[in-house]
Amino acid sequence: MEKNVIIDLRNVSKSFDGETILDNINLSIRDGEFVTLLGPSGCGKTTTLRLIGGFLQPDSGDIVFQGKVINDVPPYKRQVNTIFQRYALFSHLNVYENVAFGLRVRKCPEKEIKKTVDEMLEMVNLKGFGKRRTESLSGGQQQRVAIARALAVKPKVLLLDEPLGALDLKLRKDMQTELKKIQQELGITFIYVTHDQEEALSMSDTIVVMDSGKIQQMGRSEDIYNEPKNAFVADFIGESNILDGMMRSDFYVDFSGKRFKCVDKGFAPNEAVDVVVRPEDVDFVPVEEGMLTGEVTLVTFKGVHYETIVDIGGFKWMVQTTDYHPVGSKVGLKIEPDEIHIMPKSEYSGLYGDYSSFSEEFDELSEPEEDEEDE
Amino acid sequence: MKKKTSVTGRICMALVFLFLYAPLIYILFFSFNDSNSTSLFAGFSVRWYKTLFTEEDIIVALRNTLILAVLSSVIAVVLGTAASIGIDACKKGWFRTGIMSVTNIPMMAPEIVTGISMMLLFVFVGRLVNKSDVLGFPTLLIAHVTFNLPYVILSVMPKLRQVDPHLPEAAEDLGMKPVRAFFKVVVPEIVPGILTGLIMSFTMSFDDFIISYFTSGPGFQTLPIAIYSMTKKRVKPDMYALSAIMFVCIFILLVVYNFVQARSQRREKK
Repeated sequence: MEKNVIIDLRNVSKSFDGETILDNINLSIRDGEFVTLLGPSGCGKTTTLRLIGGFLQPDSGDIVFQGKVINDVPPYKRQVNTIFQRYALFSHLNVYENVAFGLRVRKCPEKEIKKTVDEMLEMVNLKGFGKRRTESLSGGQQQRVAIARALAVKPKVLLLDEPLGALDLKLRKDMQTELKKIQQELGITFIYVTHDQEEALSMSDTIVVMDSGKIQQMGRSEDIYNEPKNAFVADFIGESNILDGMMRSDFYVDFSGKRFKCVDKGFAPNEAVDVVVRPEDVDFVPVEEGMLTGEVTLVTFKGVHYETIVDIGGFKWMVQTTDYHPVGSKVGLKIEPDEIHIMPKSEYSGLYGDYSSFSEEFDELSEPEEDEEDE
Repeated sequence: MKKKTSVTGRICMALVFLFLYAPLIYILFFSFNDSNSTSLFAGFSVRWYKTLFTEEDIIVALRNTLILAVLSSVIAVVLGTAASIGIDACKKGWFRTGIMSVTNIPMMAPEIVTGISMMLLFVFVGRLVNKSDVLGFPTLLIAHVTFNLPYVILSVMPKLRQVDPHLPEAAEDLGMKPVRAFFKVVVPEIVPGILTGLIMSFTMSFDDFIISYFTSGPGFQTLPIAIYSMTKKRVKPDMYALSAIMFVCIFILLVVYNFVQARSQRREKK
């Protein structure tokens, strides 16, 4: 395991103008992995990437690349390459010369340059675009040129800073698949920064969830979704109903004034906990059979399912099912024991997971903007 | 756009152009006059152009002016571009705003004030080093570079601000050292601004009279000063020929300037 670690951040901290951006980060990335740094604006993910790229130096701690500390190695000597947010293509050069840029710096023979550039352009589906000006290309095509340009110099690690942020949804999905394919073909390490949890879930081998300069949780997509460590992760990845609960004993938890069977253990008796129930794990049943009963306050059709907000004793639950229950109707809710996830209390407890202020507009507004946290 | 320009509008426009260009057309026209008269056209000839090129003083002055304009604009562009890069690297705040205002003041200040104060300064410095005839080509060059600088900074700064800060980083990322990366990828992006600054400086320097008048010595005359001293006597039509040539030169430069501007704007639109 230790052996194929390619990048290792050890106790790395960084602050700008007295504001701590990264707080004692420890992160090991294995060779050939697709790692995503996921978090809201200002969580420190871009800073982490720039530290690895060499554009920033850590205030304390070490950045280790293949066993060597590279804190003071300038970007032009590092074997990592970056895809920048707005592509950063050289507009005075054509597509071919953009891709050939790094090879020319390395003084490769012309024949080799041509071979590599043609290969790269073919890989990103831009065969025959060599003579075009970069400005005449669409956003997606420019992104491909940037990818070809970075990969042409055969980096050990590719850093991607929200590369798909500027593309529209459909194109973004296609590019996600394509990036994943390229990564698997080349077998090199990708470190990907995004605030889009869907993107992270669908592409990554490992997700690193970050907030306020700390790593909140690190693990496989499924583990992060199914076993979030705290209220922040539960809320940031997918939708969650997060309630205050009390562990009565192993396998029994109290919340919403009722006792539920669950599959978690190892908490102290009567320990206060956060209880997470994913909206898609709740079923509607007739009122008399319900473990909990409440009144529907909002229904939104989402295509695949209805998103229903149910008021249960003042707490608004989100439920995603294919059943339709009109606003005002009384419903019963049923939750299976293995669909209840228990988390210890954290600094994020109570901040998330209640849908009482939920509305469509609110959802749009809270969509994080692309972040430039270090400028 | 489709709306027809009203008749009054057209007349106004015609009048504006008439007032602007009548003197120039008059000079262009009479520079080809065959007679000495300033009002009677006696037939087409290029004799005044011929006489012009036999006049030693004028040719020397023209040469001086060209040397001065080329040198001062090139120096101003180099210094001004460097200054812009420095200012651009400063953090936004009172310091940067202050620097920009200080840079702009020489443009606003009346030329006569600039001219006289520069002359006094040069003479003062001359006294300090015990030289009595400091005024000459060097002082003229310094003065011209000084009043050209703001124009260069003003045309380079906006271009520099448009450059994606990730561009030099991308070049470094691909293995280029920082200084080389700057020249390879940032400079090409700001070339339109540098060209604009160069052309503006050249024209400003070429036709400057007031500041040159105060800062030049008897040993070094520029064209505008030479013309001025001639008009004190009787104006000969070879002056028309000279003015016509100057006008055409500046006109061509302006066309080039507009062309450069239009091209860079078209590129931005895409």
